[in-house]
Amino acid sequence: MADSVLRLDAVGKAYGSRRVLQEVSLAVAPGERVALLGHNGAGKTTLMKLALGLVRADAGTVSVGGAAAGSPAARAAAAYLPEAPAFHPALTGREQLGLFASLAGVPRASAPALLGRVGLAGAADRRIGTWSKGMRQRLGLAQVLLGRPAVALLDEPTSGLDPVSRRELYAIIDELAGEGAAVLIASHALTELEARTDRIAILREGRMAACDRLGRLREAAGLPVRLRVTAAGERASDIQARLGGERLNGASVEILCPPSEKMARLADVAALGALVADLDVVQPDLDDIYRHYSEGAGP
Amino acid sequence: MTARALAVALAEFRIARRNRWALTAALLMLLFALALTFAGSAPTGTLGVDLLTVSVASMTTLAVYLTPLLALLLSFDAVSGEKERGSLALLLSYRLTRGELLAGKLIAHLAVLAVAMAAGFGAAGLAAAAAGGAGPESVLALARLIGSSILLGATFLAIGYAVSALAGSMAGSAGAAVGVWLVLVVLYDLGLLGAVVADDGGFFTQELFPWLLTLNPADAFRLWNVAASGQMALATGMTSAADALPGGALLASLFLWPVAALGLARLAISRIDP
Repeated sequence: MADSVLRLDAVGKAYGSRRVLQEVSLAVAPGERVALLGHNGAGKTTLMKLALGLVRADAGTVSVGGAAAGSPAARAAAAYLPEAPAFHPALTGREQLGLFASLAGVPRASAPALLGRVGLAGAADRRIGTWSKGMRQRLGLAQVLLGRPAVALLDEPTSGLDPVSRRELYAIIDELAGEGAAVLIASHALTELEARTDRIAILREGRMAACDRLGRLREAAGLPVRLRVTAAGERASDIQARLGGERLNGASVEILCPPSEKMARLADVAALGALVADLDVVQPDLDDIYRHYSEGAGP
Repeated sequence: MTARALAVALAEFRIARRNRWALTAALLMLLFALALTFAGSAPTGTLGVDLLTVSVASMTTLAVYLTPLLALLLSFDAVSGEKERGSLALLLSYRLTRGELLAGKLIAHLAVLAVAMAAGFGAAGLAAAAAGGAGPESVLALARLIGSSILLGATFLAIGYAVSALAGSMAGSAGAAVGVWLVLVVLYDLGLLGAVVADDGGFFTQELFPWLLTLNPADAFRLWNVAASGQMALATGMTSAADALPGGALLASLFLWPVAALGLARLAISRIDP
């Protein structure tokens, strides 16, 4: 994409003899939300630190907002939420966010409004040492919102948050993307990401194993669709005899079939008529797709 | 100085104040200075110098030990603490440069030290002057003590930052800071003392010893304060080493150490992967 605001081209990074990233390319457009998945140690955090200019790439180029990563323009364009951010326990939320505002070149007076936006207005003048983990996470998010970043890099943004806070956090991320920021979210919370991101990038041992829209990844992976057939009465064995598949219990049978044969198999099920009480079609979810690409089956 | 460095300094100063660091440092200085002044007031009669002179001489010895310790306590976790909390990467993801981060911390910590020195030594000096008299020379000696203590503090703050950046962990940097204090403030002197005794007034004592004192920031501080005042020299009896040195060598050491140590700290922090 020509208008990508975050761009990595054939990036490599090694710590000593340990190769953390190899030949990694990624482009994120303004307003796009990309999930960055991978096992612990797959290189997600290193990729973010490269984009922030905190560490230097050994090979390839990284640019943020059209400027080389680490340059003043690139730093000004990017915002970062580290994994489990900790702040100085002796400062209050207002003071800590005020410091970040000064560093970002934004008026300190904008801090209270942002604290309100992440639901911390009531705690603004209490020391961060007395806060919960979730509150610190929200403060971390508040500092991301300072100065309308062009690129937001969020490392495990929902860790430590309760379900309601998670929803609020994703609402804020959507707003951020709606205002035109490119958002890269590294996370393990796969089920949440499925509906909340536009594209999925999967790192495997430092290489980009896959990067596309969820639907396309699903297609390319060719993972089987599960048909769960519930038998009328206790006649699951009759169904298994006619359709094959695997008995789950006395009442139901699970049939795996390639996506291309789905309709034909459904017709077979329909032909059984009164033998079938119910039918569920289960598409492979992000969990399955992630496992497929992160465990070596991908390209 | 940039606005960003000043913002860091403001936050650091708040932290020092809120952790009662500033207050603790000032009180510690004051208590020790008062105790030394009045416990050490015996020689005034026999030497014919005023009490403030004796007080400054005692406080100089105190400052040699306490100033490096306070400075290292303030600075040992400046980089390792941020790294361990995970806030170093976040701070540096802003347009804050590593030099600005260092400068901001130095401004705040130096301000805390300066307040502690001025309040502690100043109050003790005032008490000594009120109790046993003071002259223009002893007041000047007190001013010299406060000023050079701040320079000594800057040196050890910078050494603390370098240690903090090189150590990697907070526990490591705490241990290394204690080690630095022991070596530079205690063991170095013990070693020199042993060498002087063994040498028995030979080449080492005559030629090398004064320069070795100049090379150590704490010794240079002590010697400069003592040598600068004739009355202090009388009260402490340690000028022969200073007499062997060219004029300005000790003062140069006092000013060059903070610069060199800061350069080292800047180099150390530039090597960190946050």
